[in-house]
Amino acid sequence: MKRVRLAVQLLFTIATNGYLYGFLHGKIYQGNLKYVCVPGLNCYSCPGAFGSCPMGALQALLNQRGFHVPFGILGFFFVVGSLLGRFVCGWLCPFGLVQDLLHKIPIFHKKKQLPFHHILKYGKYAILVIFVILGSSLLLGGFAKVPAFCKYICPSGTLFGALPLLTANKMLRSQAGGLFFWKVGLLLFLLALSVKVYRPFCQYLCPLGAIYGWFNRFSLVQIHWEQETCISCGACEKACPVALSLHEISCSAECIRCGKCVEACPTRCLHLGVRPEDKRQRQSRQRSG
Amino acid sequence: MGFWKSSRKPIWLLGLFAGILFVCLGAAEDQFAVIWQKAVMICMECIGIG
Repeated sequence: MKRVRLAVQLLFTIATNGYLYGFLHGKIYQGNLKYVCVPGLNCYSCPGAFGSCPMGALQALLNQRGFHVPFGILGFFFVVGSLLGRFVCGWLCPFGLVQDLLHKIPIFHKKKQLPFHHILKYGKYAILVIFVILGSSLLLGGFAKVPAFCKYICPSGTLFGALPLLTANKMLRSQAGGLFFWKVGLLLFLLALSVKVYRPFCQYLCPLGAIYGWFNRFSLVQIHWEQETCISCGACEKACPVALSLHEISCSAECIRCGKCVEACPTRCLHLGVRPEDKRQRQSRQRSG
Repeated sequence: MGFWKSSRKPIWLLGLFAGILFVCLGAAEDQFAVIWQKAVMICMECIGIG
């Protein structure tokens, strides 16, 4: 499962960011594929990006003159969230992949969570409300509306958009100022923290994770638990990278469906799938296993 | 367990239909053109310049 997930993460990131011409010339893709959003946090100003970023798209709609309900992107969140929930975070988000890879570096004593996790985990909801919704809908300073999350926080935009574009484009490089250095500083802090703590951005700051987390309880893709075969050994809880209890696995807004609990279960009573198996399917799987 | 029971109910299907309805409403208001226009130009805010 671990290797399959890594392969899916890599392939999806490469497939959705494969516009090589952009990387070489410091330009971005301008074709019709950008009418469609990718599910993960993937900046549309990444030179390789073929699709649009859902957070950027939401803010672009909120930045319009007057107030419009952003039905288009809300519909996208409902469709992707109802089908996958935070499976997107665990399997399809390029910034999640970067954090996963950094956490594999064998230095520091690894930690699952930061101190005050029970309070800090609400940070992503605060960012969703303050920066994404209010920050993008209000006329701050009486000027134009701005995509506040992209402008002041998004580390994905800095890593996948700013750094490759400014490396290849001299004109853009000459315009970098205080805001750019603030964003690079924030990115470096989060990347360094990822080496010690598991996915700090996803756990504490990502507004997209906050949205998909809401769908986790009822999304089609779930981690299913067979209570009858469970021996309550606690292996799944020990393996869970975000320290969820057995009863929280899958339904919690923090579960990213990474499948580590499934892998760790000695009785195979947990499985990642699209719907609960019926009795006959379960018996045939147990016979073959 | 609560979540085990709740996952059996096809609530995701309601969410999916609501999502498709919202996407259609968004398309009718030309919202995807707004997204496309933003996405095909380098976003200065995203790269920390704007």
